[in-house]
Amino acid sequence: MTHRLISDSSEWSFPLLERYDAEIGAIAADFGLDTYPNQLEIITAEQMLDAYSSVGMPLGYKHWSYGKHFVSVEQNYKRGQMGLAYEIVINADPCIAYLMEENTMTMQALVIAHASYGHNSFFKGNYLFRTWTSADAIIDYLLFAKNYIAECEEKYGLENVELFLDSCHALMNYGVDRYKHPAPLSMHKERQRQLERESYLQSQVNDLWRTIPTRESAADDLKTGKRFPTEPQENLLYFIEKNAPLLEPWQREVVRIVRKLAQYFYPQRQTQVMNEGWATFWHYTLLNGLYDRGFVSDGFMIEFLQSHTSVVVQPSFDVPYYSGINPYALGFALMGDIRRLCEQPTAEDRHWFPDIAGADWVKVLDFAMRNFKDESFIAQYLSPKVIRDFKLFAVLDDDAHPDLEIAAIHNDDGYRYVRQALADQYNLGSREPNIQVYSVDHRGDRSLTLRHTQYHRKPLADSVVEVLKHLHRLWGFTVRLETVDEHGKVELVGECPRR
Amino acid sequence: MPTFIDRRLDGKNKSAVNRQRFIQRFKGQLKRAVNEAMHGRSIMDMDSGEKVSIPARDISEPVFNHGPGGRREVIHPGNKEFVPGDRVPRPRGGKGGSGSGQAGNSGSGEDDFVFTLSREEFLELFFEDLELPNLVKTQLTKLEEFKSVRAGFSSAGIPPNIDVVRSLKGALARRIALSGPYSTRVREKEEELEALLAATDETDPRVIALREEIAGLRARINAIPFIDTFDLRYANRIRQPQPTSQAVMFCLMDVSGSMDKARKDLAKRFFTLLYLFLKRNYERIEVVFIRHHTVAKEVNEEEFFYSRETGGTVVSSALTLMRDIMRERYPITSWNIYAAQASDGDNWHHDSPTCGELLIKHIMPLARYFAYIEITPDRHQSLWEAYEDVRQMFPQFAMRQIDGPADIYPVFRDLFKKRAHV
Repeated sequence: MTHRLISDSSEWSFPLLERYDAEIGAIAADFGLDTYPNQLEIITAEQMLDAYSSVGMPLGYKHWSYGKHFVSVEQNYKRGQMGLAYEIVINADPCIAYLMEENTMTMQALVIAHASYGHNSFFKGNYLFRTWTSADAIIDYLLFAKNYIAECEEKYGLENVELFLDSCHALMNYGVDRYKHPAPLSMHKERQRQLERESYLQSQVNDLWRTIPTRESAADDLKTGKRFPTEPQENLLYFIEKNAPLLEPWQREVVRIVRKLAQYFYPQRQTQVMNEGWATFWHYTLLNGLYDRGFVSDGFMIEFLQSHTSVVVQPSFDVPYYSGINPYALGFALMGDIRRLCEQPTAEDRHWFPDIAGADWVKVLDFAMRNFKDESFIAQYLSPKVIRDFKLFAVLDDDAHPDLEIAAIHNDDGYRYVRQALADQYNLGSREPNIQVYSVDHRGDRSLTLRHTQYHRKPLADSVVEVLKHLHRLWGFTVRLETVDEHGKVELVGECPRR
Repeated sequence: MPTFIDRRLDGKNKSAVNRQRFIQRFKGQLKRAVNEAMHGRSIMDMDSGEKVSIPARDISEPVFNHGPGGRREVIHPGNKEFVPGDRVPRPRGGKGGSGSGQAGNSGSGEDDFVFTLSREEFLELFFEDLELPNLVKTQLTKLEEFKSVRAGFSSAGIPPNIDVVRSLKGALARRIALSGPYSTRVREKEEELEALLAATDETDPRVIALREEIAGLRARINAIPFIDTFDLRYANRIRQPQPTSQAVMFCLMDVSGSMDKARKDLAKRFFTLLYLFLKRNYERIEVVFIRHHTVAKEVNEEEFFYSRETGGTVVSSALTLMRDIMRERYPITSWNIYAAQASDGDNWHHDSPTCGELLIKHIMPLARYFAYIEITPDRHQSLWEAYEDVRQMFPQFAMRQIDGPADIYPVFRDLFKKRAHV
């Protein structure tokens, strides 16, 4: 079979890349992977550093925080504390993947399989990405955002815009809709709408404050307990964009840009394990496919496996460089395990997964990829075998007790407990404090009140003081944050400006 | 089929703007860090970047987060000996290792943010709020000087600037180009004529017609002008602004036996610093090294710092030499004169008044700045007293006593501290 070898040296060239891509693509098609068209860009290590610090986005608006990120990445890289990732892939249509010039042929093939077929099909298939992002418009939107912010800097001063962006960034994680479908982004429409929106919004906002309160109606409100907004709002940036009384039109637009970007990244934050697991599983499967068909040599496979294993290694909790669960390792194990329990189910698997044990693994895996996010994926598919392999155990840290407690381990009694706890660990809703807009005193001092609903009695970190300052900059009037504990008791956490 | 795009030749400094903004934003903190860094390290490495650290808290981007406390559950891999219900003491923060999952959440991430400033960035920050003494005055009165330099050729100009060779080359090329078609036809007709003459004689009307035609063509060729205004090329000269700000820096050092290596080292840093400072303010700087014991000598840098002499000290010898060099080579009309003198304060005491007089009469009236440092932990000697008088008279004369490497930087800041119009 050796006569079919595509190449034998570690040097890559464009014709070789094309050959490899064609063969990998053919195998991927056999497995039914559905992808956006691919765009592969060859870049240098320096350019990779640049790409890193712009969070992998090919165009971003200018902001010091990206500079800070760049500086620290550059620093780590120069000191040799960090290797560069072999690839960066962008959820766009066509799907853009960066290949580093320094990679060997084997690594390029690995990256193509991982990014251009693994991640790419995930972007195209997963329901979160389908719902929240529109891959064909993101590049346009980024360009729009970049130009718009540059224009604002010219018109309103660099510092103004920068400080305003700081404030928006502080609330970025609270700029996402969780249950609504946002309108797809597109530069064309954005341009068209932006001007109308500016004037319209401004008039709306003024309208909110226009009514001169008559005594009766104010009293009515108090009596009926009618609040504005009538229901708590979880998307703080959206609420600010629409309702903050003092913002200029351009500021509303900037809030909107930050909000849209947050929304774009929202699915990625929720599918880290799945996304990396899926891509890793497929590069493993596809490159093994190449080997089985005789396209690559033993040397190729050894280099690939060496790199692959170092990616999916999971250090135990007690080694010095342990830093939590490796999403690549967990994701790869889960994906591989689904295939295993389809192909060679044990009695235990049949008991735990009666529906899929013994089924067609390609279909089962495809279904899993399309319809879950990390939290639900783990809750659904984490099998006892993976728990045992990882020797997972749950540590309960309750400040009401002096010691930590081992709540469950990888045994019959513990599987469900561990599975649930691990799923919860990936639940953005419990990882981030739940903070919503509670009310605006629109008949009085226009103060804005947020409410934090405690989860497991976890308090807010000290950073809250700073964030409230940012919020105050956006809102323009007093903002305060209250926390509601498990018994419904409300307590004031912070206020800005302080009284 | 994927699209391949080779981006390797695209720019690589996409992040430069963001980096600049980052530095701009945290200038205050960075300057503090730069100052601290200066205290700890040798100034001779000044001409390189610097690793600085800023408290991470200052540059953090705050977001809503959970703080420590409450009830939280973390899953860890790699269980070895635990069974359900085990109780383990809560790990202390900073211990790292086991249980770092909890420790990581407890807000212990307050390490400093460390990164390297490039040389330019470092110096920029370092010198930022310093101002060259009296430079303002110089700049106010400064007339922009221009120097005319050659810059290729142009098609317009004045007769004296005509470049003959260029113009004639152009003319030749034009003549060849314009006459080309006619010449070809002349050649053709002549061949035709020759062929015709072989068959008939001159009287043949076809021969006559051909001859006429050839004559006509030749006339046309001859009508092409030998030189045309179009061909003229003038030497192009443009005026380049000539920096008038050139400075000469005199480094004066006592190299008598009492100046040991450590002291010379200190002096060297002082000179280096002044040099770097000038380099940022003047286009061109010349440095004159004068070392002295009982007699003074102008030397090169190597010799200045590293050769040793023994014997007594007569400071005025150096000042006299400086005065002479100033007169000879650095007229004040085109040079800004700076001087830095380092000494251990020793001087033959009869000489000190002479030094004062030299400075007052000949040097200080011409010098933009004169800095004197005395490297000694001891009491001042006669030279200091003589210089005190000079300081009274000239605000651009500064003197200071320094003791160790740690003193250099504050001295420097102090010497060149931003001063109001003097």
